[in-house]
Amino acid sequence: MPRDLDQGRIVIVGASLAGLRAAETLREEGFTGSLTVVGDEPHPPYDRPPLSKQVLLGKAAADATALPARRGLDADWRLGVAATGLDAAGKRVLLADGESLPYDRLLIATGTRARPWPDPAQAALDGVLTLRTADDAARLAERLAAGPRRVLVIGGGFTGSEIASACRERGIEVTVAERGPAPLVGALGGTLAKLAAGLQRAHGVDLRCGVTVTALRGNGRFTGADLSDGDRVDADVCVVAMGAVRNTEWLADSGLAAGRLGVACDAGCRVFDAYGIVTDDVFVAGDVARFPHPLFEYQMLALEHWGNAVAQAGVAAHNMVSPGPLRRPHLAVPVFWSSQFGVNVKSVGVPSFSDQVVIAQGSLGERRLVAVYGYRGRVTAAVTVNMAKWLEHYQGLIETAAPFPPGPGAADGHPLVTEFPVPSNVPDPRGLLHGPTVALTGHLPDRRLTLVRPGG
Amino acid sequence: MRIVVDLTRCQGYAQCVFLAPQVFELHGEEALLYDPDVPAGLLDRVRQAAAACPVQAILVGEQVRADAP
Repeated sequence: MPRDLDQGRIVIVGASLAGLRAAETLREEGFTGSLTVVGDEPHPPYDRPPLSKQVLLGKAAADATALPARRGLDADWRLGVAATGLDAAGKRVLLADGESLPYDRLLIATGTRARPWPDPAQAALDGVLTLRTADDAARLAERLAAGPRRVLVIGGGFTGSEIASACRERGIEVTVAERGPAPLVGALGGTLAKLAAGLQRAHGVDLRCGVTVTALRGNGRFTGADLSDGDRVDADVCVVAMGAVRNTEWLADSGLAAGRLGVACDAGCRVFDAYGIVTDDVFVAGDVARFPHPLFEYQMLALEHWGNAVAQAGVAAHNMVSPGPLRRPHLAVPVFWSSQFGVNVKSVGVPSFSDQVVIAQGSLGERRLVAVYGYRGRVTAAVTVNMAKWLEHYQGLIETAAPFPPGPGAADGHPLVTEFPVPSNVPDPRGLLHGPTVALTGHLPDRRLTLVRPGG
Repeated sequence: MRIVVDLTRCQGYAQCVFLAPQVFELHGEEALLYDPDVPAGLLDRVRQAAAACPVQAILVGEQVRADAP
């Protein structure tokens, strides 16, 4: 590393998984300068996936998911204080406590937050919760332990579905209200989402699809909700699981390409300014980043995936301390997982970047399958249900742009289970109640449509 | 001592479940649950589990100390 890059001041805004892994990588690669990590929550970095699983099942405490560090970081942690602005010309991060932090290089890793219920008075009812932070998880776990008569979950994305699964496992009645035609439709497409709907109903979830919640009711305490079909759900607890909002407001006046879709960057995690010119001292990683991916036609992707936060943080940190020719691109194939209703769902590639899907192995009936997704004759994703060992194989097909539907031998010599691909029925994300975990932030694959939406 | 399992890598081989069942359990056929906060008495078992994992998905380390400066 050249002398000037291993010294100086680096500020990381965001003290979660991506921020932590970037800090580790910076030190591992020999950065000896000053390192400051800013986080708006008072907690040191913690892991989120257990919050909707172990914690809600009562198997782990919400405050026990603090992340391990691979090494000492020698960092100045500024926790419990939010960044409120960025003076990019003056190279300073402005903090909520009035201080400003000078930097030579900056990493933005501010992630996302839970989308709140839009009506503040209804959202303030006792018993109306969201699930994103450890504190949220502690509150919800406490409510579930108290044995509510019914829980209403608004939104059938991964978070909503995992909450519903935990409720059923604890013997709690639960209603899921989903605006789309099935749970997980944004992540898996409408065809495979039928499996998710079947799983929920088989486990006793009162699943309502194609409806929206029009009002939360209660007098101080939440008692129930009105649905758009005229029905009413009586419940003691309401979890608003309508997806995530990217934390970019603090960058509004920064002159960077930051907005509701995320912070745009090149394949090396260098942030674009508002004119689309790449900066050389501001980097971004994790849920808040949107970046071009060559496997998906350079579509700008924003991924709310654990693995992406780790991989992208590693690349960003490496590039922050490396001269141009030694910089690396972030080309990891997206992977996500969920466990719910007794099955393990894993995905590689981008299922929403597809027009067709085929069941390559297993079957819906067995609840053990591999679904392979294609776009214009090329494999772009695979989803496994209780067949995770196959994921790597299909990742190879995606990386080599193998033809879709996969030919004989693609499933380890087995013939494909279904001969004919069917439409994957990926919905327009604007029609979903929750956000999909992969946001195609440019256009849908089958429609050259730019998803720009003014205002909140 | 804290652990985190990279469930992106985890393929449900369950070596960890055999070695340290107090910390790791399978939920259904192949979804792994674990206690991120390892009791001191189980540290050796968890280190063995981390070493035995065929996909090296278990990271053992100290919790990040973020004391105010």
